[in-house]
Amino acid sequence: MLELRDVTKIYNPGAVTEQRLFQNFSLTVEEGQFVAIVGSNGSGKTSMLNIICGSIPIEGGDVLVDGTSIGKLRDYQRYAGMGRVYQNPSAGTCPNLTMLENLSLADNKGRPFGLGRAVDRRRVDFYRERLRSLGLGLEEKLDVKMGALSGGQRQAVALLMATMTPLRFLILDEHTAALDPKTADAVMVLTDRVIREKKLTAVMVTHNLRYAVEYGDRILMMNRGRVVLDRAGEEKRSTSMDDILSMFNRISMESGS
Amino acid sequence: MLDLLVSTLTQGLIYALVSFGVYITYSILDFPDLGVDGTFPLGAAVTAVLLVRGTDPWLTLPIAMAVGALAGLFTGFVHVKLGVRNLLAGIITMTALFSVNLQIAGSNLTVDRGTDTIFTSAPVMAFLGDMTLMGRKLAVSFLLVLAVKLALDAYFKTKSGLLLRAVGDNADLVTSLAQDRGAVKLLGLVISNALVALGGCVVVHEQRSFSATMGTGQLVYGLAAVIIGVSLMNVYAASPAARALRKGKLLRFLASPAGTTSVILGSILYKLCVQAALSAGLPANMMKLVTAALFLLVLVLSGRKGEEIIHA
Repeated sequence: MLELRDVTKIYNPGAVTEQRLFQNFSLTVEEGQFVAIVGSNGSGKTSMLNIICGSIPIEGGDVLVDGTSIGKLRDYQRYAGMGRVYQNPSAGTCPNLTMLENLSLADNKGRPFGLGRAVDRRRVDFYRERLRSLGLGLEEKLDVKMGALSGGQRQAVALLMATMTPLRFLILDEHTAALDPKTADAVMVLTDRVIREKKLTAVMVTHNLRYAVEYGDRILMMNRGRVVLDRAGEEKRSTSMDDILSMFNRISMESGS
Repeated sequence: MLDLLVSTLTQGLIYALVSFGVYITYSILDFPDLGVDGTFPLGAAVTAVLLVRGTDPWLTLPIAMAVGALAGLFTGFVHVKLGVRNLLAGIITMTALFSVNLQIAGSNLTVDRGTDTIFTSAPVMAFLGDMTLMGRKLAVSFLLVLAVKLALDAYFKTKSGLLLRAVGDNADLVTSLAQDRGAVKLLGLVISNALVALGGCVVVHEQRSFSATMGTGQLVYGLAAVIIGVSLMNVYAASPAARALRKGKLLRFLASPAGTTSVILGSILYKLCVQAALSAGLPANMMKLVTAALFLLVLVLSGRKGEEIIHA
């Protein structure tokens, strides 16, 4: 269970440009829940993910896992049981390392990075099999530098890397936004599959309302640091694209964007 | 003429140790570490004092490396823990070390002819005693650089080494692997500065003197060597010759040389260029100017101008 409790987030505190985004913001994500979050720009979606991961400081409140505070943990410590895929396809991999080197790094997560051999040749078959499951023909490109692959290919590998070792939480930060529609669909299908297979608790921010409606078992809509719509289970399943769209248009009009 | 060539080659090899250090910070970590200009004479100062006091010459190598590592740790601490920008962190170390070096060895220190250096030490004489001093210097420097190169190549293939390469490439990825990126950068600075100090150490063995100003321009020298070496290797790797070699199994390793090999060749080439300029009649006082001018030429010709990083 992942919980944000009474979180206050202020950008540029004390400055003329001070902006209070969250004021006593609370949210609980149940174990194994897949939450899709939509909202206009500046609504606090990505800030929320950054707060969960410890990428930005908060001015009040706490972040908890199973009721225990992780608010004092540094970002890298929180990633021990957490994976994240970013909007920018090059953010999830090292462009100047080969795919094999990238996968080897991800494969070693949770273990010490000592003086053992970085690339374990015995794992190559396993990597190939995982890459084959992506269906992008990447299994033959293990020795290619990541930077030479297309955005969609990199994003698929980034997803694979983020979920390679055992984890509980998957954070998806508009991870299909930079991809063409066909590739975005393929990555979305992969994402859903991996979340189901590994029974992950996932939080996905997306600008694609259709993905938010079709995938996940809970939908949140945010506006100016507040949750304006929250539907889970049967209620979520009966929510149509039109419902979401009209709601979205209403808040967009209000916030003038 | 041959003597001049041999001594320039030796210089190129010894300064390749410094370039290895710069390669790690600049190319791999994307950290232009000006602390190099202080760590190089630091290694030299410590070595000069130890030699004068009669320490075993080979023992000065690990000691200089350890002292250099401490300097790297300091730069890393200032940057990572105190949050000072990388360029400024290096400048702070460089400036502080100038006084430290003066405290250690004064402004000049000469190691007299009677004192053994690594080039005249008993184990070296036992194997290479038949050679001239110049020949021994070349041979010992070559073996030393080769040993460091092989050790570095092996290190880059370890988990720790791969993480080091990853942190300069995409630090966010290192964080998402639940590893502290700051600690990885610190480690890189420690290794880099240990190598730079080792370079300073061997230079003292070679020229039997220390001067407080010998660090000036060392970073520029190291950068030039790295950029020349890596640029030329990129040109070579794309050439038909290299492509032909890649087709064969036996000689494939010749087709894509390691970054460390490029750095050694870059270092030697750069020393040759500077020596050529001096031989053409430029006074020795102009050496740093020549170093800077050649570096500028290299930057412009390679089209890099410093904003683009080269990776391992």
